[in-house]
Amino acid sequence: MPQRSEVVLRATELSRTFRVGSRFSPSKVSAVDGVSIELSAGQSLGIVGETGCGKSTLARMLVGLERPDGGTLTYRGEDVTAGRRADRRLLRQGVQMIFQDPYTSLDPRMTVLDLVAEPLAAARSMNAARRRDRVAELLDLVGLSTEMMSRYPHQFSGGQRQRIGIARALALDPQVLICDEPVSALDVSVQAQVINLLRDLQHRLGVALLFISHDLSVVRHVADRVAVMYLGRLAEVGPVALIFDEPRHPYTQALLSASPSVGSEARGRLGRRLVLTGEPPSPVNPPPGCRFHERCAMAEDRCAAEVPRLRTVDGDVVGADVSAGRLSACHFAEQVVVRS
Amino acid sequence: MHRVELREARNEAALGIEMGSTGAEVPVLLVRDLLVEFGTGDGRLRAVRGVDLDVRRGELVALLGESGSGKSVTARAVMGLTEPGQTVEATEMRLSGTDLLTSTERARRALRGRRMSLVMQDALSALNPVLSIGDQLGELFRVHERSSRRVARRRAAEMLSLVGISDPGRRVDQYPHQFSGGMRQRILIAMAIALEPDLLIADEPTTALDVTVQAQILELLDRLREQLGMGVLLITHDLGVVSEVADRLFVMYAGRIVETGAAAEVLDHPRHPYTRALLRSVPQAGDLGRDLLTIPGSPPSPAQVPAGCSFHPRCTLAVDRCLSERPLLELVEVGRGAACHRSEELSDAAAI
Repeated sequence: MPQRSEVVLRATELSRTFRVGSRFSPSKVSAVDGVSIELSAGQSLGIVGETGCGKSTLARMLVGLERPDGGTLTYRGEDVTAGRRADRRLLRQGVQMIFQDPYTSLDPRMTVLDLVAEPLAAARSMNAARRRDRVAELLDLVGLSTEMMSRYPHQFSGGQRQRIGIARALALDPQVLICDEPVSALDVSVQAQVINLLRDLQHRLGVALLFISHDLSVVRHVADRVAVMYLGRLAEVGPVALIFDEPRHPYTQALLSASPSVGSEARGRLGRRLVLTGEPPSPVNPPPGCRFHERCAMAEDRCAAEVPRLRTVDGDVVGADVSAGRLSACHFAEQVVVRS
Repeated sequence: MHRVELREARNEAALGIEMGSTGAEVPVLLVRDLLVEFGTGDGRLRAVRGVDLDVRRGELVALLGESGSGKSVTARAVMGLTEPGQTVEATEMRLSGTDLLTSTERARRALRGRRMSLVMQDALSALNPVLSIGDQLGELFRVHERSSRRVARRRAAEMLSLVGISDPGRRVDQYPHQFSGGMRQRILIAMAIALEPDLLIADEPTTALDVTVQAQILELLDRLREQLGMGVLLITHDLGVVSEVADRLFVMYAGRIVETGAAAEVLDHPRHPYTRALLRSVPQAGDLGRDLLTIPGSPPSPAQVPAGCSFHPRCTLAVDRCLSERPLLELVEVGRGAACHRSEELSDAAAI
């Protein structure tokens, strides 16, 4: 088990472009463009952003399902960007994914035992009897009774299925769990069970969590650090409290102000939100300069011409380790006022 | 107040309507004792069991429930969109005075679109990909008002600008795939309000949308009901959405209304353990670093609803009585109803 705060997964300037369209009118979708993130053991990083901002593509690159066409990915110091056989093997053992939809991500013809033992069998790490013991241990860890081992997925509710998915992801003792919208397919009354389980696993096993969600209140609850993505780039990244309470990027601000909160005092809050003009632009031929400038109220000529780099914001307390603080990709981050 | 007492005696009280001073006003929608059953191979499946609802003019009423609670089935039953093998019964079902129970299918068909309309969740599959937006929107005017093609197109463009789509004159000739998800949802809303219906039912209109777009749609619904004086029945599972826009709230669980009242009241002082647990299980700023309160188990399927109070297997307050005797929806305060044997205790003991 790595030391806490050891960086287990590091992505540097990761990029991915897809080619779309016909041969006669080809175009490029820049899904992820120069994203750098770090995941430390026992830490959770939330990723928020709207549809098409590249958060799922980023997740798929981190688990090795998608090969980046720029940048590097290192797992515990080993460069695994090339996706060679040995790289993939290393990534599979160390980085596992929890999928969004517990109804379609489990093979309906496999029992729970087969499902959870499959990664163990694929890694050829134990014999059948030992695998069975390990499955019992895993089911216990995620709060399912071991008697359920011989049942099939359809006999479980959504929340229980998500637990099976989590047990399966944990089978090889990974250092990193990539959770792509792990609770959004679940009923509200069941979401809390899965959120608590993930937090518990993070603390007990010291795994690093990458938590993707469109639900900002869930991210705030789960994540230690949060990264805000907009059209394939990081807009802002930093400690969760700082980002949520004092955003220093106009997009973060707009996103937060549009997210509904619960309680009677929330009524009419959306009326006071920061209104983004226009529709979210598509990642096909994204705007030059700052990709957000067309919808930004603060935009000036410079924003259309010059890509803003992620940088520290004047006025923030910057510790010895710059990467542990907050970084914002806005030319005018200092002028972003904190609204109540 | 006299009417309040009468209703109280009826026990399954029609709780919403007596609230304000609008005693004389006919509600846009009035439903009493709605029962919806599906025929399945081995017996009948009761999806909705005795639901009372009412929506007044210009009011936004939320129907909150999880999957399988029967909220969408209720909406479709009100619209008269029943499937083969489905039976709908009610003691009363009125749309601003028109009796929906005795109306013929033909008469109800004429009501749909004109006086009541439904906005569905999935905007892409609700629009016809091979017809232009102008054709689809204009069809309403052509069918219901016998407008000419030219007038229909002009009015379709007006509707587009009403829901905040820029350059309507050009976009009216475009096809669904040329619009973004949020715009398609706005087009569906435009279709639903085109003939200025009395009642708009919105079934999870923002579930598939991003928060910034969701905010726009909610704002649009809020503005339109004020402008047009429509009653809006918003069906949702999202407590944040309810907090944001609802005037009144009905909470559904396992096919029944378990709590009702002014939205602010219900959210601040829930009188049913389910509502309270639901509110506590969503992450809020104050809970940082703590475990969330969880509701054990999962919502029951309509095929296996527990005896007594349907919520008792998941309830922390359940007593023996809850296992055997089903609590009725009773008036707990003026305009507030809860179906719980122990709702009295919930009112004064905030921290059970």
